[in-house]
Amino acid sequence: MARLDVKIKDLSLKNPVMTASGTFGYGLEFADLMPLDGIGGIIVKGTTLKPREGNDYPRMAETASGMLNCVGLQNKGVDYFCKHIYPQIKDIDTNMIVNVSGSSPDDYAECAARIDALEKIPAIELNISCPNVKDGGMAFGVTCAGASSVVKAVRERYHKTLIVKLSPNVTNISEIARAVEAEGADSVSLINTLMGMAIDIEKRKTLLSINTGGLSGPAVKPVALRMVWQVAKAVKIPVVGLGGICTAKDAIEFLMAGATAIEIGTANFLDPAVSIKVRDGINDWLDRHGCQSVQEIIGVID
Amino acid sequence: MKKYLLDLTVRSVERIHERYVLIKLTDEKPLPEMLPGQFVEIRVDGSPTTFLRRPISINFVDTKANELWLLVAAVGDGTRKLAALQAGDKLNCLLPLGNGFTMPQKAEERILLVGGGVGVAPLLYMGAQMAEMGCQPTFLLGARTAKDLLMIDTFQKYGRVCMTTEDGSSPSIGPGAEKGFVTNHSLLQKERFDRIATCGPTPMMKAVARYARQADTECEASLENLMACGLGACLCCVEKTTEGNLCVCKDGPVFNIRRLLWQD
Repeated sequence: MARLDVKIKDLSLKNPVMTASGTFGYGLEFADLMPLDGIGGIIVKGTTLKPREGNDYPRMAETASGMLNCVGLQNKGVDYFCKHIYPQIKDIDTNMIVNVSGSSPDDYAECAARIDALEKIPAIELNISCPNVKDGGMAFGVTCAGASSVVKAVRERYHKTLIVKLSPNVTNISEIARAVEAEGADSVSLINTLMGMAIDIEKRKTLLSINTGGLSGPAVKPVALRMVWQVAKAVKIPVVGLGGICTAKDAIEFLMAGATAIEIGTANFLDPAVSIKVRDGINDWLDRHGCQSVQEIIGVID
Repeated sequence: MKKYLLDLTVRSVERIHERYVLIKLTDEKPLPEMLPGQFVEIRVDGSPTTFLRRPISINFVDTKANELWLLVAAVGDGTRKLAALQAGDKLNCLLPLGNGFTMPQKAEERILLVGGGVGVAPLLYMGAQMAEMGCQPTFLLGARTAKDLLMIDTFQKYGRVCMTTEDGSSPSIGPGAEKGFVTNHSLLQKERFDRIATCGPTPMMKAVARYARQADTECEASLENLMACGLGACLCCVEKTTEGNLCVCKDGPVFNIRRLLWQD
């Protein structure tokens, strides 16, 4: 049994496997199907200052080895989260991390500040990369100035571990990563979904209500892996890798590329217990290769 | 209700129509409790084109034979692969999902179950459960032609069956079909019901909902929105309701029509 624990700044993870925002609800939805406390962290659904209804149906299209979604940050707002959801999840014995989104730097900062007050939420993941909302989201994440402005505003009011989730829909993701590092981000996670599209040729219409959506699933994995490798070399803060991870082998690739921890997203829809299997698979691989700790493989690819 | 992820064994696959198969699944252990109107998310084969699970409604649960029946329309890549399963194959199932229909409280309640196409599937299990508690359900089943009316002999075991076909053709069994859509059936003019449950194509369910509103009858509809997770996590399958966007997979698939924005 190798050591699997890792740290993201002050945040200790019992193992490097987390579930990605928007793919695992609040964890509770999966409680019958796997031990929630068996993984390193659960990143809950994107939360905004005010409630959001999200985009119209249809919001999803299956594509080759992946799916498009344009959910658009549907959530009941941070106050509802604090009052009704937090009490249900606060005693789950893993890191319960809230994904925070907004439409202005002040919005993000206010939402983050309210979550800062919740004792059992040790970290937030700042979503500056949602491709499915007009106001905010990815608009901030695609320029260094935009990304910096949000992180700066949030850093002033949020005092725990701050992970910033980056968009792959940029020319140079390393520059964005360095910009948020300079503003005090404790970690970056990447990648959010890639903007994509699909058309029903019989109806001559797009399959999604807002035409475009974010592509996720195994289809994006090689792109995500390349970006994680680039960013891990560009910044000193820990990198959290995600994008199409379905197996322990996928996860180990991300760790070798420089990720300190990984998130599992779309694969939760295929197998609700996949994150535990990935954790066990990482452990088996480490044992098989005589590694004492997962640290031995993180960033081994130059 | 507790959810399970099970590798069930295919006991038989019966092609009951050129487009439909009846898949009977079993397990070594007793199958979990399932309610009429709930559904199963099936892992097809994980290939690039059948990547996501497929939601299939529960057609029937035979507790004596420890069987779960699924009526599948082979319409796309995933469902065609399901139709090609063989006895002995394993099928990874996430179940039971969703809320299910409201069951009657008293045996005297007059319940009408209206189905069209493959949407008749969950009404069989509901009707059978009702019959078990002493209720006499009325099934009103519609299809394009007589040969598209599915499992009529099985429905007849549990209640009265009324039928409509668009071309006026009648199957060899039962009372004969009336020509038209389900909402054209003379039954609806002659009788009143305490509650209606419906499942089928959206235009049909909307027509049934219109009838129910006019007749001032409680009505529940089972929706079929495209979904990914089946657990209320991804928020892809939402339906607009009087309470905002709700997940068909978790808050449904069965909704009282008063909660739906179906006023057209």
